[in-house]
Amino acid sequence: MNRYLLPLVAVIVFLPFLVLGLRSDPSKLPSQYIGKAAPEFDLPTLRDNTRNLASADLTGQVSLVNVWATWCVGCRAEHGFLMQLAQQGDIPIYGINWRDNRPDAIQWLAQYGDPYVASGFDEDGRVGIDWGVYGAPETFLLSQEGEVVYRFTGPLSASHWEREFVPRIAELGK
Amino acid sequence: MVPEIGHFALILALALAACQAVLPLLGAHRNDAAMMSVARSAAVGQFFFVAVSFFCLTWAFLQDDFSVLYVANHSQLALPTGYKVSAVWSAHEGSLLMWILILAAWTMAVARFSSDMPEKLVARVIGVLGVLSIGFLLFALLTSNPFERLIPAAVDGADLNPLLQDPGLAIHPPLLYIGYVGFSVAFAFAIAAMIGGDLDQNWARWARPWTVTAWAFLTVGIALGSWWAYYELGWGGWWFWDPVENASFMPWLIGTALIHSLAVTERRGLFKSWTLLLAISAFSLSLLGTFLVRSGIIVSVHAFATDPTRGFFILSFLTVVVVGALVLYAWRAPALDSSAGFRLLSREMFLLLNNVLLVIATTLVLLGTLAPLIVEMLNGGKISVGAPWFEIAFLVPMIPLIFLLGLGMHTAWRQQNKQPWLRLLRLPAIAAVIIGVVLPLLFYGRVSLMLAVGSIAAVWIVISSLIQPIRSWRRKEGAAAITRAALGMCIAHLGMGLFVLGATVVSAFGVESDRSMRVGESVDVSGFQFELRELREVQGPNYTAIEGVVEIRRDGTYVGTVRPQKRQYLVQKSWMTEAGIHPTWNKDLFVALGDQLGDGAWSVRIQYKPMISFLWVAAFVMALGGIVAVSDRRYRRGAAQESAA
Repeated sequence: MNRYLLPLVAVIVFLPFLVLGLRSDPSKLPSQYIGKAAPEFDLPTLRDNTRNLASADLTGQVSLVNVWATWCVGCRAEHGFLMQLAQQGDIPIYGINWRDNRPDAIQWLAQYGDPYVASGFDEDGRVGIDWGVYGAPETFLLSQEGEVVYRFTGPLSASHWEREFVPRIAELGK
Repeated sequence: MVPEIGHFALILALALAACQAVLPLLGAHRNDAAMMSVARSAAVGQFFFVAVSFFCLTWAFLQDDFSVLYVANHSQLALPTGYKVSAVWSAHEGSLLMWILILAAWTMAVARFSSDMPEKLVARVIGVLGVLSIGFLLFALLTSNPFERLIPAAVDGADLNPLLQDPGLAIHPPLLYIGYVGFSVAFAFAIAAMIGGDLDQNWARWARPWTVTAWAFLTVGIALGSWWAYYELGWGGWWFWDPVENASFMPWLIGTALIHSLAVTERRGLFKSWTLLLAISAFSLSLLGTFLVRSGIIVSVHAFATDPTRGFFILSFLTVVVVGALVLYAWRAPALDSSAGFRLLSREMFLLLNNVLLVIATTLVLLGTLAPLIVEMLNGGKISVGAPWFEIAFLVPMIPLIFLLGLGMHTAWRQQNKQPWLRLLRLPAIAAVIIGVVLPLLFYGRVSLMLAVGSIAAVWIVISSLIQPIRSWRRKEGAAAITRAALGMCIAHLGMGLFVLGATVVSAFGVESDRSMRVGESVDVSGFQFELRELREVQGPNYTAIEGVVEIRRDGTYVGTVRPQKRQYLVQKSWMTEAGIHPTWNKDLFVALGDQLGDGAWSVRIQYKPMISFLWVAAFVMALGGIVAVSDRRYRRGAAQESAA
């Protein structure tokens, strides 16, 4: 074989790996808790310091846990869609208000609407660390048993919802 | 309004890039002078519109226009003005725009400084650069428009990532990109020569200064990144073998091989097809780096926001460019290689070894970088190749390379007569061994095998690089006055020696110590006493910080005071470590605040880093060598005939 063809052959052998790598898409950060129980937490709720939101509250039905904060532009971007989801009422959304300031967060919900059944107030970000939160916004899909089924990073939109969440929720409903 | 002008200017730039690509290439094919003459003006026009677009984005940042999504995501009202400017290239969209701007600037420079080149070659080089511009402009316009609006506008932005709020990082990307993108000029020269089917020694003489300039910028760019990682990430390391660092380092290694191979092609007309292959590889690795960083295919601390459509676009572009170039190579290269030989003991042989070793080093880095990806593909497991693997693997080709470097510099082209060569190098070699062993014993009191290898290698290169300049300086009137090109080579190699020295000493004698400290306490590290005098709160423009005041003494004598900070940026709420460093020419004393441990105690990381400044000084010296070499008269206009004679 012509030795001047070798570089071309090497590149052609190598390219499929890059293509496959692209399809595996590590931006969907796998959560180490997938298929396992979500890390336990017990947080005061955002609106009422004397009441708590704990991991036990999330069992019994399929639910979403959305990590959000007022300082996060992506959270604002997905907020409209979360409101839409909440109005449909098919799935309860729990919030974890992450490394935020309480009056600001309450004000934010008053201004843009509150899609959450309840929001835990994770002031120092401890729960975020336990859950392996990489950056807000992040959304976790939990099964009836409180196991993490899926993790989504970044602002949620209708197309992501249809593609990634709806089939999984249907699966859980069986 | 201004963002729309920017967007529109970018579209106009695409139209001009299309003219710049199609007309000159077609003109060169048809021998049509009018079509070829479009090349230069289209290049200037394309640069103008890209510059307008870049200016519009900068303007949006300076005006705090949070109706632009990119600005809202990467700036904030209270951000200092300088960082509002550097925020332009702090993330994917803006840095891509800067990449395009730099590509257009290189193209314009080629158009400006090419009057002694044949019109056809100029037309083809600018045409190929135009094809690359089209690719990147389409990439920006189709997948990464920096001018996308956010409606309704945000009241305030999300702030620039605090890690990037640093002067080192403000200038690191532009310099790195000038180097990265500069290899596209070498690539364009290679493609142009292959399209034309003729590649003479003049070709290498024209391609060389561009390649060396790009290499010099890349050297400084990488060094600045390393320096930033050292003082900003707070770990005190200077190279982490992170995939993105490797992405910039691989083009550097191949670029280094390329500038040496070009020398052989220019001076002796050998290695022609090999030089072409290196020119293609250097730019292909730049593209691969871009792909790795921006597609999110590899998880890295540097990775930009990830988006599969972007990854897909760059991969398609990379495939078209690389496969196209290599098909052309397979077709044209066989006709190029000449059969002129050289002896075993000749400069050609040493440069051949240089190339082989550098290519091996690049391959090892490439394998280490992509191994996690490939293993995941093959059996689905996630592995990570860590710094220890790289450190050992990389030394295997590097140690022989360093020793051969000192020999090769003093070897003649074609054939070197053995006796005078041995006479010349015997003394420096003996001196290097003695100094290399004695030096660490004298200053640091111990020596080991690896340490001795490193310091002997370093001293050997330093001495070897100085022989020629000193000789020419001592016989001032002599005929053997050193040329700028040779002087540049000596300076660059001297830089390499300083680098090896710094890297050896800092890895052998650096000390890291994690301590718990309260105010008023003092700890002893490497003979220095570090006393935490006070902790106080400091208010910055967009952050609050806890600052430690640490006084350093040696045997009671005051050495200096450092002020490490732990900053909390107000918008993103993230904590950043700002190390306190007391730098002197031969060591850094480094103090970083860790976490609060309770009871007023803090974890403090104290480091003693001997000769670490050599690493960065060395990179600047290497780059300086490159620039001095480029200023040689044979690369200046009109000097062509002289040097050919």
